[in-house]
Amino acid sequence: MSHIDLQAHKEQFRQCMEQYKARIVICGGTGCMANGAGEIMEEFNRVLKEKGLSVTVAMAKEESDYYIAKSGCQGFCQMGPLVTIYPQEDLYVKVKKEDVEEIVEKTLIKGEAVERLLYKDDAGQPIANMHEIPFYKLQKRTALKLCGMIDAEDIDEYIGQDGYIAARKAVLEMTPEEVCKEILDSGLRGRGGGGFPTGRKWELTLVQPGPVKYVICNGDEGDPGAFMDRCLMEGNPHSVLEGMIIAAKAVGATDGYIYVRTEYPLAVDRLRIAIEDARKAGILGKNIFGSTMNFDINIMEGAGAFVCGEETALMASIEGRRGMPQPKPPFPAVKGLFGKPTVINNVETLATVPVVLNMGAEKYAAMGTEKSRGTKTFALTGNVAHTGLIEVPFGATLRQIIVDIGGGVIDDFGNNVGADFKAVQIGGPSGGCLTQEHLDMPLDYENLQSIGAMVGSGGLVVMNQQTCMVQIARFFMQFTQNESCGKCVVCREGTRQMLALLDDIIEGRATGETLELLEELAKMVKVGSLCGLGKTAPNPVLSTLKYFRSEYEEHVFNKNCPTGNCQALKKYAINPELCKSCGLCARKCPVNAISGAKGQPYEIDKSACIKCGACKESCKFGAVSIS
Amino acid sequence: MAAVQQSKFDRVCAILDKYDKNPNKLIPILQDIQEEYTYLPEDIMTFVATALGISSANIYGVATFYAHFTLEPKGKYIIKVCDGTACHVKKSDGILAALEKELGLSKSKKTSDDLLFTLETVACLGACGLAPAVVINDKVHGLMTPESTIALINEIKEAEAK
Repeated sequence: MSHIDLQAHKEQFRQCMEQYKARIVICGGTGCMANGAGEIMEEFNRVLKEKGLSVTVAMAKEESDYYIAKSGCQGFCQMGPLVTIYPQEDLYVKVKKEDVEEIVEKTLIKGEAVERLLYKDDAGQPIANMHEIPFYKLQKRTALKLCGMIDAEDIDEYIGQDGYIAARKAVLEMTPEEVCKEILDSGLRGRGGGGFPTGRKWELTLVQPGPVKYVICNGDEGDPGAFMDRCLMEGNPHSVLEGMIIAAKAVGATDGYIYVRTEYPLAVDRLRIAIEDARKAGILGKNIFGSTMNFDINIMEGAGAFVCGEETALMASIEGRRGMPQPKPPFPAVKGLFGKPTVINNVETLATVPVVLNMGAEKYAAMGTEKSRGTKTFALTGNVAHTGLIEVPFGATLRQIIVDIGGGVIDDFGNNVGADFKAVQIGGPSGGCLTQEHLDMPLDYENLQSIGAMVGSGGLVVMNQQTCMVQIARFFMQFTQNESCGKCVVCREGTRQMLALLDDIIEGRATGETLELLEELAKMVKVGSLCGLGKTAPNPVLSTLKYFRSEYEEHVFNKNCPTGNCQALKKYAINPELCKSCGLCARKCPVNAISGAKGQPYEIDKSACIKCGACKESCKFGAVSIS
Repeated sequence: MAAVQQSKFDRVCAILDKYDKNPNKLIPILQDIQEEYTYLPEDIMTFVATALGISSANIYGVATFYAHFTLEPKGKYIIKVCDGTACHVKKSDGILAALEKELGLSKSKKTSDDLLFTLETVACLGACGLAPAVVINDKVHGLMTPESTIALINEIKEAEAK
């Protein structure tokens, strides 16, 4: 087998790129694709050809004037579809098919920007260069750097950006101990939520005896509200493979598995293409980079079980069994997949590994806080102006993330209310909520843990003042109750009972005892469960109880939902001044709770009302109000 | 009838051969079977159990553990309403309620009688930037409202009626 000469390949790619007058990068992330990025790509192709200009789509192998590439998610999902024109790096937002002609005419042919498609700042000033836009300018894109810049399905583009240089160096020039030490020195910690030092994990696996060891990439990103791993696998799959090769060298593994959620079909496709291309280039398979090392990677698609994100459950799933967690120890480093020593790392961790090696441990460790080094990606969603994927150094504050990068909180009426959020849920169903008092707290593993939350996988869901916190707690409880694997009784039954108690509160059946019982049960589930799912399942309840106890009490004692979200606590009334006595509401009411007569305003019997809302829907005069 | 039965098992045999009848590959095998038959028929699962040398209870256990597997036939159009945190905060439950009403479905009845639609919720599609999101047969529709979702359904119904 021929082995790829990375330097020569890179030089060849550079020359190839120089011949193009411009490179058009269209964001091919799920968000932009759903908004028509595919059509835009076809339109560019059509318009350029119509004007007699030559164009290459993907694979930069032919001579032509322009080059169109489809990248992975660029993160600025709210502004999609996104089109970036290189070399000037001008970013066009919310591009439509009809805009393509103008972009070709003005920007590609005449070299002028199309002002109306540029991003406008708060003062309405257009910003052309993407790196000057606050959303990007204030980030520190490290693991995500190439995501959204390169064509994920073209190995040449990755190599053209120094791809696989770190893996080659690790395989040919470093000992396993040196690789482990470099990663340990960088301070890199597990990005999947655990926060365990990656280098330490590798050392523990390295010292195990035996010729067969495994490397697993955990791509079972199940937290609702988190999608950074999906973007990495879709946008830069080679970085994940490269991280796995380096991990394999560090622990002495010969086989690797990537476990991907079945809900991510695009990630599966792109990883398959990447693996195939890497095999052809002699980067995976036997004697990689011409060394004596053999390493190959398989893909395993999950089948829809959140608990499989837990490492022992994930391994059971690869072995063809029900994904139920096992007690630890033995840890996977000692006895893992098929009983062999196994190292399991999350996607983002592995994608960061080549960056660390290229950058040097010292330089990487200079970013972040004392105990949480480097950068972290966050999925910023919910009631915020710029939803999307961001990456900042550890130690960034919520104010920086939500206001400066995210562009501020949006209330239910569509107004931008700056930093006036009610809560930010971090870490998904295992995490907790942050409130106004944490606005300027540096976010890192330790600080978050100290207030009962966690970094988790990095989902940040912003909630505005109109959100009912009891309902949010119920939402997460419903999720964990559904996903509990059923092995531990306290988790299986405890989450069910907690959900029932939350329903009591929301539906107006709760008493003071309900809250006590809820707290007692929460503590019991935490202590009595085997794996992370059960241990952290009560976190959303405990954390909302801690910061929003008065809101719970208002539901329980006054049967009132302060935000008016809880259907059963709503009180319907007819405004006598607006009522025209048409009687329509009385006819629509399924329980005959409305009575009245011609010429007199109608009335609702509150004890009979089931709060279905049929009267409000039917009234043509807006006379039915809710309090 | 015998010929139909024959071809039915031929397809599962091809799948089993693809994975060398390795019991460790049970999940990919079931995934391929579901893709081929749209669901996991009982007789096929019994057949797989014998072929892999494991008990049918074991297969039933795996098939019912993972949400992706279904033991009943599904509709031609599978509608997945995302109920991840971001979609939930942006009122995905209103979309679900509108769909249930429009299609006459509920939590206990997920597939329409004409086998045209199956309505499901998913935990998170990872399309949070587009919340609330609805997926119909793998095509993601973002920033949906109850009205725009029903419009989509009506488009499908019209196309099917032709």
